[in-house]
Formats: sequence, structure tokens, C-alpha cells
Amino acid sequence: MRHTISVLVENKFGVLSRISGLFSGRGYNIESLSVGETIDPKVSVMTIVTSGDDWIVEQITKQLNKLIDVIKVVDMTELDHVEREMVMIKVSPRQEDKAEVLRLAEIFRGRIVDSSSKAYTIEVTGEEKKIAAFVELLRPMGIKEFVRTGKIAIAREGIKKS
Amino acid sequence: MKITGSEILIESLKKEGIKHMFGYPGGVVLNIFDLLHDEKELQLILTRHEQGAVHAADGYARATGKAGVALVTSGPGATNTVTGIATAAMDSIPLVVISGQVPTMLIGNDAFQEADIVGITRPCTKYNFLVKDVEDLARTIKEAFHIANTGRPGPVLIDLPKDVTTSKAEFHWPDSVKIRSYNPTYEGNKYMITQAAHMIAKAKKPLIIAGGGVISSGAAEELTELAEITQVPVTMTLMGLGGFPGTHKLSLGMLGMHGTYYANRSVQDSDLLIAIGMRFDDRVTGKIDAFAPNAKIIHIDIDPTSIRKNVRVDVPIVGDVKRVLTVMNKVIRDEVKEPWEEMRKAWARQIAAWKKERPMTYDHEADIIKPQYVVEKIYELTKGDAIIATEVGQNQMWAAQFYQYDKPRTWLSSGGLGTMGYGFPAAIGAQLAFPNRLVIDIAGDGSIQMNIQELATAVINKLPVKVAILNNRFLGMVRQWQELFYQERYSHTKLDETVPDFVKIAEAYNAVGLRAAKKSEVVPVLKEAFSIKRPVFMDFVIDWQEKVYPMVPAGAAIDHMLFPEEKKKPEKKLRAVK
Ligand SMILES: Cc1ncc(C[n+]2csc(CCOP(=O)(O)OP(=O)(O)O)c2C)c(N)n1
Ligand SMILES: [Mg+2]
Repeated sequence: MRHTISVLVENKFGVLSRISGLFSGRGYNIESLSVGETIDPKVSVMTIVTSGDDWIVEQITKQLNKLIDVIKVVDMTELDHVEREMVMIKVSPRQEDKAEVLRLAEIFRGRIVDSSSKAYTIEVTGEEKKIAAFVELLRPMGIKEFVRTGKIAIAREGIKKS
Repeated sequence: MKITGSEILIESLKKEGIKHMFGYPGGVVLNIFDLLHDEKELQLILTRHEQGAVHAADGYARATGKAGVALVTSGPGATNTVTGIATAAMDSIPLVVISGQVPTMLIGNDAFQEADIVGITRPCTKYNFLVKDVEDLARTIKEAFHIANTGRPGPVLIDLPKDVTTSKAEFHWPDSVKIRSYNPTYEGNKYMITQAAHMIAKAKKPLIIAGGGVISSGAAEELTELAEITQVPVTMTLMGLGGFPGTHKLSLGMLGMHGTYYANRSVQDSDLLIAIGMRFDDRVTGKIDAFAPNAKIIHIDIDPTSIRKNVRVDVPIVGDVKRVLTVMNKVIRDEVKEPWEEMRKAWARQIAAWKKERPMTYDHEADIIKPQYVVEKIYELTKGDAIIATEVGQNQMWAAQFYQYDKPRTWLSSGGLGTMGYGFPAAIGAQLAFPNRLVIDIAGDGSIQMNIQELATAVINKLPVKVAILNNRFLGMVRQWQELFYQERYSHTKLDETVPDFVKIAEAYNAVGLRAAKKSEVVPVLKEAFSIKRPVFMDFVIDWQEKVYPMVPAGAAIDHMLFPEEKKKPEKKLRAVK
């Protein structure tokens, strides 16, 4: 099963390497990883999407907790939480598809962040399913480039999944 | 007053209570070594290889319980420490390794003798630091020792660029350190402990498996108390030897691949395993699916990642072994009153029968020197009062099987990594810590050649370490596998005529060399060696065909043990006994 794990770490050099080294050294896989500073510039938050059975995920969380620079580990999958990811897609549609691209962008609440005579760059934010659906619809129009941030996640206030 | 980084380092080590360290000089640590020239309180022992320095620091740590310290130069000096660091990491041994580094402004430039040792050692240290600012140095050293010594202990590396050793700062030694993201759990959960206590009372065939955690947390007494009150037998992992008296009537000796028949049978038959400070290594469990099929498992360990890593656990207790056992013993004394002896009678009888069926033994009648005989005689002559280090291979297993370890910190052996070349420098480290004790490295002819240069260190520092080489002219343990599982194809394991004359080597280094080629010479050689207050190499020319038994083939269940074929039977086949 997939798990989204949020890891609060000391914002020190080498920390990312300790975390990624933990995953590679023990053969756990990382589907996506995003890192950024928190409000406290001394602390960063990493959101790691990984998969494995309960037993592996238990080991992953324990191993993360054991790292000296890790302050806190939360398996978001166990909580009610909100997940988001942002993607930027560069499409170069044929003349007759241009209107459709713009229409799709609007439906998915995408924003055109760059456009030229040959291509549009669309920014879309959302949950995994929404992004996947958007990509599928755009695919026939000619996707030239595709970049994504990796997932970030935050727990909803006050509600614990039982 | 401002002082240099080198001075801060030395002052900090003294504040930490360090009296000895091991090391090797080089360009970027010249400033530190220069200070050591006049230093009186802090002694550096020059080894002949950086690997030797780290193993010596490790032996010092295992024998004393306090972090060992090594100081080396950048680049090759630093990379030479890696095996030593990994050895300590696998066995949870506290070390602080200080490596010089090229000046900060050159880092990343492929400067002369630059190696990214922080990157290289990241996966084999508990933590490591690159100190970029002399202002951070004292606190970093304090933190390094704190991390190395607390929680589940381990090696910590501090990489120290040359300019940091020359820059100046005020020296402030912090009284204590608080690392917000590092808070080991020491107190076990009381509810779990109570539950465990009641399970022990209900079990019919309980068995304690004691590991290295018993020794690192200093819990040997508490363990003995638990075993004695509840009359539960105890088996030990390789790392746990000495954590419970080997001569105790409840002791079953070591379990696992080369464990005793009765220990392994007991595990497989047990209905309750109480695993204490151990981590269910594959050399202990054998085939994991077939391990202890009837047992519930109580697992006490300070490292939560050790729990449920390899085996299912019914009652996990995260905490310091000593504290957990203290509470558990109290709970048992106060709340669980059982006629313990009476309850355990059937189980004790069963174990006694296994002991009788297949005791630990070997061919006592042989004319040729059997390695087990040498180890047994070492035990008898030292009355079990020596500190024993080992190399790796058959020598290590015979040393584990035929010497009884009654006290913690008398057994120094590379368990997790299995590092050949560990024992001799480790023995030197232990001898430095305990100048008046008898320290013996039980060695193989292959392994001893991996750090044989440390003979110079022993001689010059008057460290009268004894090395008993069980010389079979083979990389014996590998040969054993080749004999049993590779149709006796001894690919690259025969050392034979290339084995050097160890007596001459000892003499060349100005140490003493003795040889026993006949069984009758074994005891005289040992007696003579033990009476000499200098380093001695003893070359025991043993039966090259001798194998370590019992043996659980890799991947088999641990009660699937091989034994030597009884003499009467002509065919050479081995019998598996279930
Ligand atoms: C550094 C290192 N290299 C290789 C091995 C693999 N290995 C394990 S035991 C062994 C043979 C050891 O030979 P020796 O020291 O003569 O001991 P014996 O088994 O003969 O007692 C080898 C090569 C190891 N454990 N460590
Ligand atoms: Mg040998």
C-alpha cells in the first residue's frame, strides 16, 4: 500500500542524503519526495511517498525516527489529511486543438503560465487523481514537457481516523 | 582567551575524560599532533595502520564500556578507518573517530588527500559531523560523545578541516547537551513489562536469549537475577557472551549457526522467548519461517527498529535493558509468586536430556593438536579470568564454544560484520585499558595477517598481548564450507607453504614467538607465554581438517544441525539431526 510520510528534519546540510541513503541502503522505494523549509528556517519538512506492506512501512517510520536529524515522523495515511501536487505541462497542440487545450485547462482550473505561437505551459494543482485525469486528456494534444513537484501533505485539524 | 581549534580539541577530549586515543599522523592533522608532543594527560598510541587504530579504540571501548577514540589524517587515513567504523556500527560499539580534512576552502576541489569521508561513512556511523567553524568545535565534540555513548551506542565521526584546527575561538565546554531530535527511550512501558512478567509465569518452556545489549547496558546482574528467580534457562548470541555466566547451571551457551545442540533445540521447542538486547540476526535465527514455531516472543531492546524487523513479536518493550529488567524483576518479586523450581521441572529435565544427548565436545583422544583443546586449555590455565579477543572464522567459533565467559566485557569479537583482522588490534586496545590483565587474541593464520603490523604497536608500548594462532594453513571457515557444500574444491583457501613463520615474525618485531607442533607442547607453550610480560605469538599447528560443529547450513532451520560423523561409520556423509 502507498503511504505519504511527512518528516520534520533539522535544516542541516547532508540531511537529504541521510534520508535518501536510508531508503536506498535498505531497499525501500521512494515514489516522490519534496523538501522545503517550514516557518522555522531551521526546520525543513519532507513529504515522502513510498509503498510497501504494513511491516515495511513500520520499519521505514522507525528507521526515519532513528535518524539523529529527524525531529518528527507522521504517516499521513493514518490521518485525515489533504494532499496536493503541482505540475507544469508544456503542450504544443495543432491549430485545431488549441481551443480544446484552453478549455481543458479551464475545467481543471489550470493556469496558462507561458504561451508562444507553438506552445502553452499550463500549471495545475490538485490531488493525484485530478492530475492524472488532466494528463490523460492532454496526452493526445502533444505533451512536450512535464514537470511535477512531488506530493505535499498536511493533516486536517482535529480529526483522527480510527 | 582565544585558543586554536587544535587546542580546543585536546581540551575537549580531556574534559570528556579521555586518557588514551589511537591514531596515525598526516599533513592536515599536523597541528593537533604537534600539541600531542608535549601532552601529558592525553596519550596517543601510534598504530601501524588506521584500521588498527579504529579496532584498538573499539577493543578499548568493548573492554571498558566507554567510547574509544581514534585520530587520523584526511584522504587515505580517513578511508582506512571505514572497516573499523563499520565493525563498530554493526556491533553497537561507541567510538569517536576524528579525521583531518583539507581546508574548508578546498573541500570539493579534489584537493590533495581529500576524501568525502562524511559521505563515505554516512551509512556506517551513528552520526557524523563536518566542522566548518571553530566556534562550533567544542559543542560538536560534546555532542559526538553524547551520541556515541547513549541510546543504542555506535561510532561517530568528526571531520575536521585543517583551517578549523588553526583558527581561534574562546573555549566553552558545555556542561550538557540537548539534541531535540535525539531522545532515546530508556524506560520501558510498565504495562508491557507487567504483561511480560505474567507471561513468564504462565510459560511452560520459557527461554531467555541474551544479546550484546545486555552488556552495553550493564545489565548482567539484572539478567542473572531474572533467570534465577524465574528459573528460566539462558542462551546467548555471539555478542551476548559474558552477559550471563557461561558456567551457570541455567546457561545453554551460544545459539545459532554454531550454537549448542541444546540451545537450538530449546529455541525450537520453547513456548516463550524472552529476547533481551538482541536483534534476531540471520546467524541466530536460521531459516526465519521455521524459527521458534511454538513460541510467543517478548522483545526488549533500546532500538525500536530492532523490534519486528526480522521476527514477529508479541510483547515489544522499547527501553534500556538494565532499567527494563530492574522493573521486571520487581514486578515479578512483588506480584508474581510462583513455585518456580517446581514449575520448571519438566522443561529443565528436557534440556538436561538434550545436554546429555549431544554435549559440546570434540575428539579428546587425537594425537594431533585439536583447536578446541587449545581453547579449552587457555580457559583452564586462565581460570576464565582473561579478556579474550578473536579474529574471524573457525578460530572465533571455537573461542566462543570452548571458553566459558562468566563476566561481561571479557569477550571482544566482531559479530555483525565478521571482520578478519579485528582481534589483534582490539586486544591491544583492551590491554592498554587493563595493563595488568591477561589479554589474549585467539586468531587464525589468515586473519592475523590482516593486521599483523600492529605487533610493532604492542612491542613499543609494552602491551603484553598474547596471540594464540590456531594455524590450520587454511582460510579454515571458508574451507569448511567448500568441504561440505562445494565438493572439497578448495578454491583459494589453501595458504599452506605461504603461511609465514610466525615465530620468526614475532622475533623480527622484537616480540616473543613460541610454537607447539605436538599436543604435549600446548600446555607448556601456554604457560610460558602467560608468564612472559611481553607480547607473544603462539603458533599452534593444528589439525587442518577440523571443522566447527554443530553447524546449521545457511538457510536451514536452526534445529537442522550437522554433526561430525561418528568414527565407526565408514561413509563420509554428514547426518542432519532434527
Ligand atoms: C576482511 C574479511 N575478508 C574475508 C572474510 C571472509 N572469511 C570469513 S572466515 C575466513 C577465513 C579465515 O581464515 P583464518 O583467519 O585462518 O581462520 P580459520 O577459519 O582458519 O580459523 C574468511 C576469508 C572476512 N570475514 N573478513
Ligand atoms: Mg586458518
